[in-house]
Amino acid sequence: MSQVRVLVGTRKGAFILTSDGKRQNWNVSGPHFAGWEMYHLKGSPANPNRIFASQCSGWFGQIIQRSDDGGKTWIQPGTPPGEKNAEPAGPPKGESNKFVYDTSATGKPLTTHMWYDGTQHPWEFKRVWHLEPSPSDPDMVFAGVEDAGLFRSTDGGQNWQELAGLRGHGTGPRWQPGAGGMCLHTIILDPKDPGRIYIAISAAGAFRTDDGGKTWRPINKGLHSQYIPDPNAEVGHCVHHVAMNPSRPGVLFMQKHWDVMRSDNAGDLWKEVSGNLPTDFGFVIDVHAHEPETIYVVPIKSDGEHFPLEGKLRVYRSKTGGNDWEALTKGLPQSNCYVNVLRDAMAVDTLDKCGVYFGTTGGQVYASADAGDNWNPIVSHLPAVLSVEVQTLA
Amino acid sequence: MIRVALPGHLRALAHVNAEVQLDITGPVTQRSVLDALEAQYPMLRGTIRDHVTQERRPFLRFFACEEDYSLEPPDTPLPDAIASGKEPLLIIGAIAGG
Repeated sequence: MSQVRVLVGTRKGAFILTSDGKRQNWNVSGPHFAGWEMYHLKGSPANPNRIFASQCSGWFGQIIQRSDDGGKTWIQPGTPPGEKNAEPAGPPKGESNKFVYDTSATGKPLTTHMWYDGTQHPWEFKRVWHLEPSPSDPDMVFAGVEDAGLFRSTDGGQNWQELAGLRGHGTGPRWQPGAGGMCLHTIILDPKDPGRIYIAISAAGAFRTDDGGKTWRPINKGLHSQYIPDPNAEVGHCVHHVAMNPSRPGVLFMQKHWDVMRSDNAGDLWKEVSGNLPTDFGFVIDVHAHEPETIYVVPIKSDGEHFPLEGKLRVYRSKTGGNDWEALTKGLPQSNCYVNVLRDAMAVDTLDKCGVYFGTTGGQVYASADAGDNWNPIVSHLPAVLSVEVQTLA
Repeated sequence: MIRVALPGHLRALAHVNAEVQLDITGPVTQRSVLDALEAQYPMLRGTIRDHVTQERRPFLRFFACEEDYSLEPPDTPLPDAIASGKEPLLIIGAIAGG
């Protein structure tokens, strides 16, 4: 019997929601790491019982947690519970929360980035926004961090090394923080080409490597952002999220600050597919697990009013890869709803009838077991939801 | 024996329920206490002071015998009552955010 495990990161802890393949009755586990900001949790496709989690706090900084039993117990990689380093002079333990920007080439900071006022500012690590486990190696995981950088661990999250070619490729000094900080929030690993990785940064744009992270280039041609000095600039676009169906890794869908976009050539060129959306501002975007032209967004009124239009929470679905959109409302509140759906807070399962899930800043996690036709809240009163991921278990 | 009182979230990370006790040889200073604390509880590395710069995280403060030592140089000796274990070194999370 299939099982679904939904991993929910919130402002005040993590929650794990499980159900059988019917997805009607749910067990809720949590809060895990109560009181901490849980930016993201994601399971390893290579070992579904292995889950990585980003735990952080304004007081105590960044922690990386890992579970090897599906979320029942957790460790900080490299430092098992209760283990004491009785020999301070001995070899160092894994320092799973040590994210140090690479200065190996020169011994000096690689570059600076643009601050809000246009001056240059040094990179300062703040937190991990997104963890992306390798599809084939349970010990390999990537981390997207603020200030924007990409790190990789090859030992299960114990030690992290920056893939510094991203910050160092030349456009870094023109990257600028968005309202949420200068975060690398999207990491997409091409399932057919291990050398190809897509990432996205607010507010710098989307980037791609074809050599496993050594060299990078911006892939923002076709994006148009009226709020930046040059609307068609190579970088500086506020990309909110990018999604891909694994069966077609060259086709990407993007929710930009404003505009929903698609690319059919691995990001080389984007075209707008906002079509008949009532507003094309938003944060999340995702793709149906089995129908690569079926995509989902949650339109948000504007960048000044982060809630749904008219107080109606509506998921919009396009079955044509964009342009033609239909509102999905059954089971969603259609009055007095003023929540937001943040960029990493939507996911799909891979059961025959694709399940779609999203979380809100009001603490609801909604699930649809029929590709969006009908929705039900799994939970309704969590802390603000930062991220939602789904594991489909055999 | 040095006593250190941690904030609740750090006690949870370190899997301890109460004050921690540390053995320190040599001068008892902020640096030597934190070195010993992180050696005994490596999961706390990076949560109290920066991994690289070793600077105190901005929303944490160090109190000893009702005095704030947060801005003292890290090698300044702590009071005798801390060194003798009569009083704990308090690591406190700032009340911030309203």
